[in-house]
Amino acid sequence: MTGFLLEAAQVLLALALAPGLVGLIRWMKARLQNRRGAPVRQPYLELRKLFRKEVVLSTNASWIFRAAPFVVFASTVAVGFLVPLLAVPLPFDEVGDLLVVVYLLLLGTFFLALAGLDPGSAFGGMGSSREMTVAALAEPTLAVAIFALALGAGSTNLGQIVGRTMADPLAAVSPGHLLAFAALFIVMLAETGRLPVDNPATHLELTMIHEAMVLEYSGRYLALIEWAAALKLLIFFALLGNLFVPWGVAATLTPTALSLAVGALLVKLVVLAAAVAIFETRVAKLRLFRVPELLSASFVLALLAVTSSFLLR
Amino acid sequence: MRLFAKILKVGLVTEPLGPGDDAVVRVARAVEAKARKLLGRAVAIREVDAGSCNGCEVEITGLMSPVYDSERFGIHFVASPRHADLLLVTGPVTRNMEIPLLKTYEATPDPKVVVAVGDCAQTCGVFRGSYAVVGSVDAIIPVDVFVGGCPPEPADILRGILTALDRLPVRKGRA
Amino acid sequence: MTIASWLLYIIVGAHALGALAALGLRGAAGRVLGATGAGAGSLATLGLGAWCLGTGTVLAITAPILPLTGLALRVDGVSAFFLIVAGVAGAAASVYGAAYSAHYEGRYSLRLLGAMWNVLLLSLPIQVLADNALTFLMTWEVMSLSAYFLVLTEHDRRETVRAANWYLVVTHAGFAALVAAFLLLAAGDPTASFAAMRSAVLAPGTRDAVFVLALIGFGAKAGIVPLHVWLPMAHPVAPSHVSALMSGVVIKMGVYGLLRVSLDLLGGGPAWWGGLALGVGAVSALLGVLYALMEHDLKRLLAYHSIENVGIIFMGLGAGLVFQSYGLPALATLGFVAGLYHTLNHACFKGLLFLGAGSVLHATHTRNMEELGGLIHRMPRTAVGFLIGAAAISALPPLNGFASEWLVFQALLGGSTIPRAEIAVVMPIAVAMLALTSGLAVACFVKAFGITFLALPRSAEAAQAQEAPLAMQIGMGALVLACVALGLAPFFVVPVLGSALGGVGGLPTASVEFSLGTSFRVAGAVGQMSPLLVALGLALLIGLTLGSLRAFADRRLRPGDTWGCGRIGHTARMEYTATAFAEPLRRIFAELYRPTQDLSIDFHPASRYFVESIEYRSAIHPWFEQALYTPVLRLLRGAAHRVRRLQAGSLHLYLTYMTIVLVVLLIVARWPR
Repeated sequence: MTGFLLEAAQVLLALALAPGLVGLIRWMKARLQNRRGAPVRQPYLELRKLFRKEVVLSTNASWIFRAAPFVVFASTVAVGFLVPLLAVPLPFDEVGDLLVVVYLLLLGTFFLALAGLDPGSAFGGMGSSREMTVAALAEPTLAVAIFALALGAGSTNLGQIVGRTMADPLAAVSPGHLLAFAALFIVMLAETGRLPVDNPATHLELTMIHEAMVLEYSGRYLALIEWAAALKLLIFFALLGNLFVPWGVAATLTPTALSLAVGALLVKLVVLAAAVAIFETRVAKLRLFRVPELLSASFVLALLAVTSSFLLR
Repeated sequence: MRLFAKILKVGLVTEPLGPGDDAVVRVARAVEAKARKLLGRAVAIREVDAGSCNGCEVEITGLMSPVYDSERFGIHFVASPRHADLLLVTGPVTRNMEIPLLKTYEATPDPKVVVAVGDCAQTCGVFRGSYAVVGSVDAIIPVDVFVGGCPPEPADILRGILTALDRLPVRKGRA
Repeated sequence: MTIASWLLYIIVGAHALGALAALGLRGAAGRVLGATGAGAGSLATLGLGAWCLGTGTVLAITAPILPLTGLALRVDGVSAFFLIVAGVAGAAASVYGAAYSAHYEGRYSLRLLGAMWNVLLLSLPIQVLADNALTFLMTWEVMSLSAYFLVLTEHDRRETVRAANWYLVVTHAGFAALVAAFLLLAAGDPTASFAAMRSAVLAPGTRDAVFVLALIGFGAKAGIVPLHVWLPMAHPVAPSHVSALMSGVVIKMGVYGLLRVSLDLLGGGPAWWGGLALGVGAVSALLGVLYALMEHDLKRLLAYHSIENVGIIFMGLGAGLVFQSYGLPALATLGFVAGLYHTLNHACFKGLLFLGAGSVLHATHTRNMEELGGLIHRMPRTAVGFLIGAAAISALPPLNGFASEWLVFQALLGGSTIPRAEIAVVMPIAVAMLALTSGLAVACFVKAFGITFLALPRSAEAAQAQEAPLAMQIGMGALVLACVALGLAPFFVVPVLGSALGGVGGLPTASVEFSLGTSFRVAGAVGQMSPLLVALGLALLIGLTLGSLRAFADRRLRPGDTWGCGRIGHTARMEYTATAFAEPLRRIFAELYRPTQDLSIDFHPASRYFVESIEYRSAIHPWFEQALYTPVLRLLRGAAHRVRRLQAGSLHLYLTYMTIVLVVLLIVARWPR
């Protein structure tokens, strides 16, 4: 029973923290641009506002357009149940492994891309096309990075991967681990629509990827999609944090261990947010047709990760 | 690395609302309570150039600069009217932009406000009577606040935006 | 008489009656009765498979129908499984076909279509039951020829005839390889039973030759690159229910054959067999999906995806063979189970997609996606069916494609237990190719569904489309149910498959555990997932989200125009097209596609600054096919030219030839060994 309470608490925590994470990155970027910037709580206010606004729905759109935000949101939240944020092993650990996580996120992307095409606007189609291109090209890196992680743990099970690194701290600094981390970091940037793949703050339709797909959404639907996107970012951060640097994740369900886990999670999120903010300040957006180069670089990193894990076993 | 050294050296450049902007502060304070109820200090703006000379646009761009930094008030610009709460319309409305302006207004979900920026938006300015011009912005869509000036300063525009938010509750029933 | 043999007689009887009814009766009666026979026969096929798999019945029948050896049939786990594959897809396609073929009335021969449909459906169960070389090869030929006639249904189109010819040639080239393989297997005795082949001891070189020949022969049927050329031609031009069956089941006979020969008759082999199967599988999967992405003919797109999915199946089988050669029977079972599971899943979702595409074709008379669009409003049920098929083939949880692709992934990941350098290189690359394939498949089906069914109709035909007739909807509905059920219940399917493989080629019985407790465990690979719980969770979360939105969020909704930057008027010409959708990938993979481009601009006579019309053409011709097939074709043509000299038109000369041949044959036959 405590396990299920923990699951619920973890998902609620993730849902609650996700907009703040986006706000934190924005605030850090503002400071790096010598601006005062919006406070960290700004995304919460935006979500609240969107939930209170009306929806304008294109007359061309079908039920897919209205269903997509729910599918996107639900699949991302479902992933929140599978990823160990605070403790291992989770009771839902057996429901899905790392591959299920990846494909559930892909399910959301699939529906969002369909929703982009649905109203028949050229922008939406363009966004869908680009999003699917990036998602497809990111897939091999993800799979091979999973392979690298599974190689150590002997399983694609998230709890086992975390547990194994905790048991063997030296594995965390093995070349295979570090290379896989670098590969996943790049994929994370691509999958969550950050610079240099996509610019989350762009106003120009022609440079958009993710934003172009949701250009047609408004009100509560938009709020769901934005929230899911923030949650996806948080989940990727948590994966990067907890799979590669698992310390702090509670192995027992004592209050001390759990509060320590919450603290550790917050620290990891802030560190990764800072890394992304600094990285985004430093780099410019890549042309769409240069993105494959970035992704193939990440793929090579992942492949090296697997081979080095194999050889150094 | 030179980039980050420079960022560190320059420091914050956003001007705090100085004594001259007392009015803005007051308006902001007054508005906050009401606007918060509806828009919760988060305002998304879609800018519509209905035929301006781009003078106003230059000033609007200033809003997003580090100096004025409208983002600190929770005001940011968006690409689609579907995401917007406030339309910032500039210029006299030309014949080509009449229907697009109307469509933009229709595409914006309620509650929404319209701020017309610049003298042209109010009076058509020097373009008045031109064959290409239909009329002022309020001839096409309901306008909540006019911001005068040719072009108006960013601080004026900010003041206009905040004043418009003040009017929100009144227009709520009209949606 | 046991239940199993009763079912077998029902299969034969129903198809025979169906074929006769189709031949004898005209009009709707013949069509419906023919389809009824086909449907009943397919259901009996399904029943026989399920019965034998469920009860473990081993049925063996011999009948002196064929010369030399007689007809020998035997059911074991693997053939029972393929009976199910054939039965599910056959029954759904038959119901669909009853309504679909109505529009051929008066234009094409419905009698031939109905009769051949029954013959094909009858040949499939016989094929997987065949227990000696002759039965196997004869049925193979019957299957190939009946499929050839079915492809030729719309015989007055040039592309149909061309496609049918390609199909016939490639399939017979493959058949020649198969005959050679079986002759080698049976040590020259064409009457040998499979049991004799199992116990035969062959030299390693002969075994290798048999495997390679079988891979070529069965690969040609399955559509493995580079023997796939006929597939994207033949499947689209056939009537849609025929395409569904051909893509869903007939090409799977190649998978069945390879499994039967390599695992059962040869009992596995060296690791490079599996490596070869894995390699051609991976290449087929990737090339299949890459060409599918560039395809804007809905049915051709699906045909290319068949190549992709057969590739994925071969990857599973190949991984199984590799593991078996390293003495890892549990992992090997996992690989084979993954391949077989994907076979059944592909039969369901590809059948469904072809039927959906058929409904679109039926309603709009075009397969060109650039002329479709907006069909979700006009054909809502077909759209739902196609969407589920698209999500399933894209391996999205919780549908069936995901379950089997997950198993293939797990099987490949299991390769990490083999401490060899070549495996360390091959397996991650295979995993990456599979992942890229599935990622691109998702992109492709966003395109296929999005462009065909969403947004505004791009032609008048699409704007006036009508929902498909009820029988067609039922055919699709059955497969939708199958896709969902197979996706939710891997905990049921996987153990059944494991036990079906038990004993075949020395595999242990039921070594893959997959319980509702969701975990599956084999030595070397541990993974856990439960599509059922994922589906429940998703449904629950969607419900919760919906509920809380209703309770807490603003509920106003206002219809409005699509936002196009205030553009006046929004027409279908402004939408993103299929070509545009695939353009980024086309540029990224330009090295592979090598598209040809052709731009012509008509300027205004008065000034070059004004353009009257711009015409841009770009096409993709699979260059490696040309590089591969042109020399072969040239060689064949040259040979045919030379052979023609023998044909002098003189009867005397021909009689002389015959005498010479007869004498030579007699000498060879009587030559002392």
